[in-house]
Formats: sequence, C-alpha cells, structure tokens
Amino acid sequence: MTPQLSIPHVSYLAILPELFMIAGALVLVLAASLLRRRPSATFNTAVAVVVSGGALVASVFLWYNVADHGSRTTMAGSIAVDGFSAFFLVLLSSAALLSALVADGYLRAERIRGPEYHVLAMLAVSGAMLMASATDLIAIFLGLEVLSIALYVLTGLDVRRGESREAAMKYFVLGAFSSAVFLYGIALVYGATGSTNLAEIAKFLTENALVSNGVLLAGTALVIVGFAFKIAAVPFHMWTPDVYQGAPTPVTAFMAAVAKAGGFAALLRVFYSSLFTLRADWQPIIWALAAASMVLGAIMAVVQRDVKRMLAYSSINHAGLILLGLEAATAKGMSGSLYYLFAYALLVIASFAVVNVVGGTKGNDLERYRGLASRQPVLAGAFALLLLAQAGVPFTAGFLAKFYVISAVIASGSYALAVVAMVSVVIAAFFYLRVVLVMFTPGTETAGVGAGAATASVGGGPSDVEGHGALTTESDMSGITAGRVEAAGAGAVAVLADGLGDSEPVGEDVVSVPIPTAFVIAASVGFTVFFGIIASPLVNFAHAATLLF
Amino acid sequence: MLHAAFLMILLPLAGSCVLAAVGRKLGNPRAGWLATAMVAASFVLSVAVFSSLAGRASNQRSFTQVLFTWIPVGDLHVRIGLLIDPLSMTMALFVTGVSALIHLYSIGYMSHDEQFPKFFTYLNLFVASMLVLVLADNFLFSFLGWEGVGLCSYLLVAFWFDRDSAASAGKKAFIVNRIGDFGFLLAMLLIFTKLGTLNYHGVFAHLGQLSHGTITAIVLLLFLGAAGKSAQLPLFTWLPDAMEGPTPVSALIHAATMVTAGVYLMVRVSPMLHLAQGASLVVAAVGVATAFVAASIACAQDDVKKVLAYSTVSQLGYMFLAVGTGAYVAAIFLMICHAFYKGLLFLGAGSLIHGLHDEQDLKLMGGLRKMMPLTFVTFGVAWLAIAGVPPFAAFWSKGDVLVSAFSYSPFLYAVGALTAVLTAYYMGREFFLAFYGPERWRKSFAARSGEPHDPSWVMKLPLVVLAVASAFAGLINLPFHPAWDFLATWLAPVVGSVLVHANVGTAGRWELAIGDAVLAFAGVGVAWKLWSKRWDRPELEPAVLRAGWGIDAMYDTLVAKTGTALSLFAATTIDTSLIDAAVNGVASAVRSTGESVRRLQTGFVRSYALGVMLGLVLLLVWMLTRAVS
Repeated sequence: MTPQLSIPHVSYLAILPELFMIAGALVLVLAASLLRRRPSATFNTAVAVVVSGGALVASVFLWYNVADHGSRTTMAGSIAVDGFSAFFLVLLSSAALLSALVADGYLRAERIRGPEYHVLAMLAVSGAMLMASATDLIAIFLGLEVLSIALYVLTGLDVRRGESREAAMKYFVLGAFSSAVFLYGIALVYGATGSTNLAEIAKFLTENALVSNGVLLAGTALVIVGFAFKIAAVPFHMWTPDVYQGAPTPVTAFMAAVAKAGGFAALLRVFYSSLFTLRADWQPIIWALAAASMVLGAIMAVVQRDVKRMLAYSSINHAGLILLGLEAATAKGMSGSLYYLFAYALLVIASFAVVNVVGGTKGNDLERYRGLASRQPVLAGAFALLLLAQAGVPFTAGFLAKFYVISAVIASGSYALAVVAMVSVVIAAFFYLRVVLVMFTPGTETAGVGAGAATASVGGGPSDVEGHGALTTESDMSGITAGRVEAAGAGAVAVLADGLGDSEPVGEDVVSVPIPTAFVIAASVGFTVFFGIIASPLVNFAHAATLLF
Repeated sequence: MLHAAFLMILLPLAGSCVLAAVGRKLGNPRAGWLATAMVAASFVLSVAVFSSLAGRASNQRSFTQVLFTWIPVGDLHVRIGLLIDPLSMTMALFVTGVSALIHLYSIGYMSHDEQFPKFFTYLNLFVASMLVLVLADNFLFSFLGWEGVGLCSYLLVAFWFDRDSAASAGKKAFIVNRIGDFGFLLAMLLIFTKLGTLNYHGVFAHLGQLSHGTITAIVLLLFLGAAGKSAQLPLFTWLPDAMEGPTPVSALIHAATMVTAGVYLMVRVSPMLHLAQGASLVVAAVGVATAFVAASIACAQDDVKKVLAYSTVSQLGYMFLAVGTGAYVAAIFLMICHAFYKGLLFLGAGSLIHGLHDEQDLKLMGGLRKMMPLTFVTFGVAWLAIAGVPPFAAFWSKGDVLVSAFSYSPFLYAVGALTAVLTAYYMGREFFLAFYGPERWRKSFAARSGEPHDPSWVMKLPLVVLAVASAFAGLINLPFHPAWDFLATWLAPVVGSVLVHANVGTAGRWELAIGDAVLAFAGVGVAWKLWSKRWDRPELEPAVLRAGWGIDAMYDTLVAKTGTALSLFAATTIDTSLIDAAVNGVASAVRSTGESVRRLQTGFVRSYALGVMLGLVLLLVWMLTRAVS
C-alpha cells in the first residue's frame, strides 16, 4: 500500500493578506536581482506600502466576510477565518504600512539602498499573520519562526554599527533557545493529547479526565515560556532592552508592534480557546508574569537615561498590562487585551518614529530632547501626546486601554493584580512625564551634545559579543552619574555663556522630519485622540473580534 | 436640522482651538473677528434648530441626539448626547445671541490689550462649555460643561493675573465654586447608585423608585451646586470679587449666562422639585433672602461694577424664588430678560470705564450724559427695565415671579416687593451718580487730552441691540390672555403648565401688576429725589452695607484664617514629615530597586539565557505542584 498524501483544500481568501505580503517580498527580491538598474528607495517603499495597503483592504474584507458568513477553519483545520484573526490581520497590516513609512526615512538617511529591509519586514509580517490565524500548534510554530528569523536579520541590518550586530546576535541566540523550548512544549502537549490542532486539543481535554497530567502541564509551561519570550514578559524579557536599543530604530518600532502583536495573538488564542480548561493551572503563571512585567518594566524604565531603552522597558510594562486580559480569562478581558494591543501598536510605532528622527544615529540620551519644544513645538507636542497616551491620560486611546484591562481583572476578582497594575501605571507615568518635562524645559545645547558624545564614545567598542556587551553595560550603569556631571558642567558653562549674551540653540539641532514619518506621527496622534474621545467604534471592533472566535 | 445641533457646540470649540493654535499669528483684531463669527454662526444655527423644533407638534418637541459613547466598557456606558427640547433651545438661543453681541463688543473693548487673541480663545471656549451645559442629555455631560464654564470663569477673572487682586479673585471664584460642585457630584453619585443612570429622561422616568427623602437630598445637593455657581447665600461672595475680570467677561459670564446655570439646572430637574416640597421651600427662602441682602448691599457700593454684581446676585435670588415657588417659566423668563438688561448695564459700565480710562469709582464720575449720549440713553433704558417700570422687560418678568411668590406665601411676596423698591433705587443711584451732577472726573482727567466720548461702533451696536431687547423682551410672555403666554406655552412640555395663576385670578393679577408699577416708580422717584442733585450722601451708605453685611470678613476670619493655619500646619508638619517622606521613600525605593535589578542586566547572553532557564524552572516547579499523578 503506497502512502497517500492528501492535499487539503486551500482557501486563498483566508490567507490573502499573508499572500500579499509574501508576494510583495518576492517582487522586491526579483526586481532587485533581475532589473538592470537597482530599483530606487522610492520604488521599494512604494511596493511595501502598496502591498501593506492591499493586505489591509483584504483584511477588512475578510472581517466583513466573517461577519456575514460566520467563522470557519480551512486548510485541514489549521487556519481560522474568524473575527479574531481578521482583527489581527487588520492590526498587523496597519502596523506594516506605518512601519514601512517610518523605515523609508531611515533608509534614506542611512543611504541603505537595497530592498532587504522591506523584504524582511514583509516576510516577518506574514509570519505574524500566520501566528494570528493559525489554529494548529505546528502552524503557529511555523509563523513564529518566519517572524523570528526575519527579525534576527532585521535587527542586524545596520552592519556598520557594532550595537546592531551585537543585538542581532543576542536576539538570535536567545530566540533560538526559546524556540526550542516552545517546540519541546508542543511536543509534550502532543504527547499528552494526541493532537496539535487547537480544537482537537480542547475537545480531548473536555471529553477526557486525565489520570496523570504531568506531561501536559509541563508542555503548557514550556509553551508559555516560548510566548513569554516573544512578547517580552518578565523574566523572559532580558533580551529586550539590548535588542530594542541596538536594532535600527525603525526595526525597533516594527518589532515592538508586529512581533508583540503576533505573539499575543497566538498566546491568547491557544490559552483562551484551547487550553481554557486548564486555566486553574496557568492563570497563576500569567498572574505572576503580568505582575512582574508591569512592576519591573516600570521600575527599570525609571532608571534609564536612553530614551530608546526606556521605551523598551515601557513596552515590557505594556506587555504586563496586556496580559491582564488573559489573566481575567473572560470575554471582557480578551477584548480588553485586543483593544490594548491595537492602541499600543500604533502608539509605539509613532513613538519610535519620533525617536528615530530626533536621535538619528547620534544616540538617544534624554539630554537630546531637552528644549525640543522650543525648537520644534509641533514634533515635541506630538511626542508629548504619544507619551501621555502611553501613560494612560484620559481622552486618549491609552486611557481606555488601561481602564479596559484593569476593569476586566477587577470583574474577574483579581483585585490584588488590579492594584499592582495601577501602582505600575503610576510609576510608569513618572518616566513618560520626565521626557515631556525635559522637552518643555529650555536647556542649553551644549549639555545635549556633550552627553550624547559621551555615550557615543563609550558605545563604539569592539564587536566581540561578550566584550562589547560588557562595555555597553558599563555605560548603562555609569550613564546617570556621567550624564549628571556632564550636565552640571555644561550648565555652568551655559550660565557663563548666558552672561555673555549668546545662548541660542545651534541650528543643526533642528532635526528634519521626513514627510512619510510625519504622516505616521500625525496618523497615530489623530488615532489616539479620536478613539480616546469617541471610543465606541474601536471597542466594538475588539469586542466583536472576541465574539467571532 | 435638529441633527446639526452638535455644530452649535462644535463651532465655538473649533474657534477656540484655532485661536489657541494660531491666535497670535492672526493677531488683533482678526482673532476677535474669527471668534465673533464662530459664535454668530452658532447663533444662526440655534435659530434654525429652534424654528425647526417649533415646527413640530408640541408633544414631539423633545429630541435626543446620541453623538457617541465615550466609555462603553461593561455596564458603564458614558454616553455623550444632546437633548434638544424647548428648555435647552431657549437657553441656547439667548446664550448664543448675547454671546455674539458681547464678542463683538469685546473687539472694541479689548483692542488695546496685549493678550487679545488669548482673551477670545477663552471666550470661545466658554461659549462651547456653556452650550454643553445646557444641551447635554445627562447629568455627567452637563457637569463637564459646568466645570468647563467654571474653568473659563477662573481663567477670565484672573485674565489680568499680574494684578494681585485679579489673581486672588480668580482663586476665590474657583474655590467657592468647588464647594458647590461637591454638592453636584454627590447628587450625581446618589442618583447613579439609586437608579443606575444619569440620563435626564431616564432619571425622570424612574423617580417613582426613589423615596421622598432621597429626592429631597438630591434636590438639596443639586441646589448646593446651583448656589455656588449662581452666587446665592451663603456662597455669593465670589461674584463681586469676580468683577476684577475684563468688563465683557462680567457681562457675559457673571451676568448673562454662566451664573444662570444654577437656575437652569433647577428648572431642568423640576420634576424632582415637584416631589420635594420641603426642598423647594428652602430654594425659595434662600432665593428671596439673597435677593434682599444683595440688593441692600448694592445701595451702598461705589464701584460701578460692584453695584451691578450685587444686583446680579439679587436678581438671581429672584429666579430661585420663582423656581422654589414652582414658577419655572417665570424663572426662565426673568433669566432671559435679565440677560438682556444686565448684559446691557455691564456693557454700558464698560463703555463708561473705557471712556474714563479705567476709572470705576462712581464718586469720580458724574455729568457724563452730555459726552456719552448713546451710553446714557441705553443705560437709562436698562435701568428702567431692571427697575420694573412698565412696559419694560422686568415689569413683566419680575411681575410673574412676584405673583407666584404671592400665591405661595404673602411673606415671600413682601420681601420680594421690598427688594423691588430697593432695586429701582440702587440702580437709579448708580444712574444719577454716573450721568448727572458735577463732573468729578475732570480732576484726574485733566492730565490727559480729549473728553470722554462714546465708543466705536463695534461697542455701540451691542448696546443698541440689547437696549431694544431690554425694552421689548416682555412681549415673549404677556399675562392677561392665554394666547399671549408664548414662553409658557413653549416650555409647557418640559416644566408642565403654569398653575399658580389659578390661585390668584385675573383681578388679583391686575392688582398685583399695578402694585409692581407703583413699587418701581417709588424706587425710581426716591433715587431721583436723593441722588439727581447731590452725589455725596454718606448718611445713606451705612458701613454695614458698604462692607456687605460683613459676610466676607466673617468668612475670612472663620474659614480663610483657620483654613490657612490648618494648611500651614499640614504643609510644614504633616506634609514634610509624613507625606513627603512617604512619597520620597517610595520614589527612592523604586530607584534603588531599579539600580539593583539593573545589575542583572549584564549584557552577557549567557546570563540572559540563565534568566530564561530560571524562569522556565520556576514555571515547571509550579506545574509540578499542580500535577495529579
């Protein structure tokens, strides 16, 4: 008897957004290798934007399709066509669109000609999309790997900078490690339940009472580790600050939005739909991860002087808050997490877009932002608003996001966790407001330049992974005192200079904002204000997404 | 057309935003014209909405427009909606109309001010907030507007914040209003816990579920809020101080619109007042007491604006008297008339102050009728209107209030009638001191060139329009014949039909009307006799009245001094040793935790992998404790 391979029916409609992304990547690779003249940066970005836009349209179409015809699975039950996946497809394609625009300015400024960035970004997005719509652990793993491998390369895209290479290396080593753990977890779950399909696992768990569930629980724990690494939850977060800081800023923006969204999509689906019956076992773990991420993310962000690194810790804090929705394990919690992810993704892309234009390659020390409001009031105002929204100020989308998840855990009875969340939000407000304060405090340019130069000189060490890591750390730990001394010295100089009557800011510190980046910032600001005031459409979107599971 | 109602709010709000962003670039006077255009457009729109509402059958004249839901999480739905009904549209109409005129006037009045664009930014924001207050369909959204107008009032009273008196007057207005707002908040919480909704229609539909005591408590708490905002006893002291703001602000916010918000709120909750007779009596008693006390103080003030401020407090007292005696239509009627003539009086006072280069002391005015004929005539009309001389506005509106008071209790009527005489008298005193007698301003004016004169046309036009309105506003609600009660018929769907007349009868109404006219002429006559020839009569200005019955001083001793002592104690002892220590302790704990955890962030991949491994082991250990075997 010859083994028969049955090809499942493929619903191309269901994977249309993924197909758009992959096709776009192929087009760019082919154009770069076949055309006689290398395609211009404009062409590359245009393709990425058009493709992301197409994926967005396809995702919205899919959303209405699901709303009309109900949810279903395809490809032998491994891909879901439901509201949940459509929600994430919309989110991911919007994020892809915005980050392509942010990257455009960066690639031009750095004179990176090739299509690699966009190719890898589109492939990564297709991986994240797969994670969002997969209903089979193997398919989720495939998506995770497509996403991760592209991200490793993207992180090291700026090969000329040692930090970038170092970050890629760290990310790759640790990422591979966690992928292995994740895969082992899948194997254990398969061993215990006899399937990798989420629906089958759920069915098995409801129909059978296990005599011994050690293997299943161990597998669950390992799966959680894999996801927790991807979404950067404490204690699996340690790569995050180094990688976020080392990666080129547009890549950081991309990673913070897309990788986190993809990771959360799969995490929420696996645990809320498939392993729901085990929630008494995994809820305490999520509780601990959420609490640790919120508190440690906030506390560590407070002591940072590098704005990019600070935002990295802030994203850990956000991850903890998004986990609240899963901890609640209710429909309200789920839609709260989805709402939070949507708001967070758009906010974080725009925040890093600002960091990208202000910091550039000169480093992102807090001092670079001093007096930004007097030099570039619109940019500083927009950044202030984005930071305030991340801090959760009312009449921004960030407020409702926090309100939503915290009220979800309160409704499910986890009062202690709600208190922890609120405390962490208060701590987090401090470091967001500090940046705002620095921007709106007029200062002397010498201070900014001096501190920036100091960081840069320490940062440019040897490229050896460990050696350089040590050097980076040194600057990290001594940064505050050094900065203070610098600032104090510069302040004294400034007072003297003021006495001489000349303390005007130097012209070159006015950074230029490329139009695509400006568009991204404006869109995000508009988004957060609009949905902060008129919240119901987005809330209903997130709510409907959880209903159409 | 009704669906465009939200634009009424949006236009001035947009104006405010634009001015905040580019006001400086627009400059003087274009910023003012933009603001005026926005409010004028809002007025035109409210006329359109008003007439399309009037086109409906009288039982169809209530329209709710839900704009959006702000917080739609779980059971908590904060809806942002507008309630378009005869009451809210009456308010919107006169608010936008008077605001547009005062905006126009301000272009002239503020023309020399350096912060000209900022002034109009605030003014536009005020109009938007006021419209939110009156058009909102629920308590919470109304409260947003309520706080918004309070904020604008604070900003505008303290507009010349470099003057100490202006800055402290702004603070006083803010703090006293906080006391009232506290009542409003408590009332809302009470309503929400008992009924689970804050929507006006929803609340009024379920009043049956509330006990009598609860309704009384809600009404009294709301009245506390109203007393703060509308400057009633014992919270009225902030309003005279608020005259530190520019005169158009006094005219718009502290005479015509914002201070009447409390009256509006009371009329809005009239279904509750109906059910709480005891609370209604409190409202009426506080109202009539305030009317009398404030009118007596106004008889002895020298500052041209202070007289008007106390007069406003007194007139607001009349409105609460009307509300408390169940005459809601009369309250709204008086509110509209008052907006016209008191706005006019303030603008006239502004014209005087402008003409005399910021002189506000009545004792340093006099004889200005020749130099400022238009101001003289319009101010005179306003005087006769507020005095209640037939056929001017207040004769009709105050008459309605007094009829209602009479049918409720002769005592309330007696105090109200006495106050009416005082009103005619103190306003006559102001009129004669300003426009008759020797020209006492010459001494200080000599150094400057020119004579005082009427202002430019942008300031004249509002004077004329408001004078016409003050003269004829009575026409909107004439007694004697049911077909002429336009306002009463119009408001009937909201506040119910007017019943008080039944107790008095037509003959009684005539007698009372004649009585009112006699009272008005008496006050006017006394003022003419005493003040038209002489200007210095200290015997008629007893110190107790000059000092405002010592109420302010009493607050200063009882509340402010002890409060300051308490705050100082809190600031020096409790704050530094307890709270600061705690806050700083937490902050340094955060910082030191961060600093120590940061040592784990070594930068070495191997230690990061160890972290992952440790976490993994922890998770596995937890799962082992959960495992069944």
